[in-house]
Amino acid sequence: MSSLRPVTIRIRTLAQELWLPVALVTAWWFASKDSTSVYFPPLSRIMESFRDLWLFERVGSDVVPTLQTVFLGLGLSVLIGVAVGTVLAFWPPVHRAVEPMLQFGWSIPKLAILPAIMAIFGIGSETRLVFVVLGTVWPILLSTVEGFRSLDAVVVETARSYRVRTVDRFFRIYLPGASPAIIAGIRTSLEIALALTVVSEMVASSSGVGFFVLQSQQSFAIPDMWAGALLLGIIGYALNLGFRLIEHRVLRWHTGRIAAVSGGEHS
Amino acid sequence: MTSLSKTEPDPPGRDARVVLSARGVRKAFGSRVILEDITLDVPHGEFICIVGPSGAGKTTLLRCMAGLLKPTAGTVTVDGAQIDGPPEPMAVVLQDYSRSLLPWMTVRANVLLPLRRRRLSRSEKHQRIDEALAAVGLPAAADQYPWQLSGGMQQRVSIARALAYRPEILLMDEPFASVDAQTRADLEDLMLELRARYDMTIALVTHDIDEAVYLADRVVVLSGSPTRVTKSIPVPLGATRDQVETKARTEFVELRGHVMTLIRSASRSTRV
Repeated sequence: MSSLRPVTIRIRTLAQELWLPVALVTAWWFASKDSTSVYFPPLSRIMESFRDLWLFERVGSDVVPTLQTVFLGLGLSVLIGVAVGTVLAFWPPVHRAVEPMLQFGWSIPKLAILPAIMAIFGIGSETRLVFVVLGTVWPILLSTVEGFRSLDAVVVETARSYRVRTVDRFFRIYLPGASPAIIAGIRTSLEIALALTVVSEMVASSSGVGFFVLQSQQSFAIPDMWAGALLLGIIGYALNLGFRLIEHRVLRWHTGRIAAVSGGEHS
Repeated sequence: MTSLSKTEPDPPGRDARVVLSARGVRKAFGSRVILEDITLDVPHGEFICIVGPSGAGKTTLLRCMAGLLKPTAGTVTVDGAQIDGPPEPMAVVLQDYSRSLLPWMTVRANVLLPLRRRRLSRSEKHQRIDEALAAVGLPAAADQYPWQLSGGMQQRVSIARALAYRPEILLMDEPFASVDAQTRADLEDLMLELRARYDMTIALVTHDIDEAVYLADRVVVLSGSPTRVTKSIPVPLGATRDQVETKARTEFVELRGHVMTLIRSASRSTRV
């Protein structure tokens, strides 16, 4: 019995998480079954479109460009955000000088700068990339600064007292110490990245899932539009899940330590 | 662990050469004077314990001697050379083991950290790590993370990290203040054993008078703030000590009383 228990618990947890979504989809399926509304086609119609479009007819032409923009944009943001954030964290006078601008950059509604970027870069992949980077770099940059500045004083002192070399000090002590904050920033940016990619595809692209959704709406291919939206939801969910898996891996020490400390039985 | 030796040999490795010295060290933060003119010589091989009323600048003094704080006036010398930052032949063990050990590194990586800059082969480094972990009684903990260990074990790891570095001088800031009494006694005995084996000069800050007298060749009593050295008391209890037997000896009881009286009168004279 005891060997079966973990599996039983797993199945139970899964059941607890899944019953509501399953119920809702079922309800949608039957409620929309005989729908004649142009805007709310039967779910079966949407699923048909979904199968025709995304398994795997338009994966190469639309899904790949979308993911490309997301990953490339986020990747550049991580590089720029961490690099600039590091410089600012270790150079307080500059940080004090640019801090208001950083907050301003973070606060600008991202869409407000899209026309400007389009004017400069035209309608193409550069525009989408620049837009995504400009929208996602801030959380990473700010959390990097925060991560370095809130490094444990005892940790810093230990590194100092053992005369750890600068390179080791940065890559083995400071960067891992700041990593929980940096990764939290990247998680925020990931969510923004997909949203901005879709928007940029709607106005400045001739491919991508965002472009496809808007195109379908404009050509009254409503089931296709819904199928595209559904796909974006699935992509967003999958990206989030993937990121959490990586995060769990990278920050295993962090969660483990918190669990150990709050367990409180160590003496 | 009962010591049967009636003859009390001199502590091992002691000679008159002063390895750590503070000369007129003064430390002020703004107008707040913490240390006022501290002069202190520690000969090679000696184990000194620094005690004082709470609020005396014990930790500040230790941090000045470790090169982590710059004295406002006066000098700290190690092997005759004035220090300007943490000196090479020195290791420091802090009270807060849960923060001084890096949680993202295994025990082995933590102990390896100070060795990275040393010109040693890979196998030499790992040999040193294994030896140091064995010396503190944790031969099997190398691949665990610090937070998977108990507090006492974590402090053993940070002692092992210092040992693997093979310091000439070891500074310890209240190293056993946050472990339970039994673990504390074990760690105290461990330090006495390691001091002999590794030929280290040790300066340990503590607020525990029993601990100070039990461990030290000499107890340095600080005054209340601003801090001076009130008295330096030799502890002629021999090199081999035992938690039960030594602490029951008349000399131990007298010394402890003496130190306690000094600290009490020092804390009464403290401006509050």
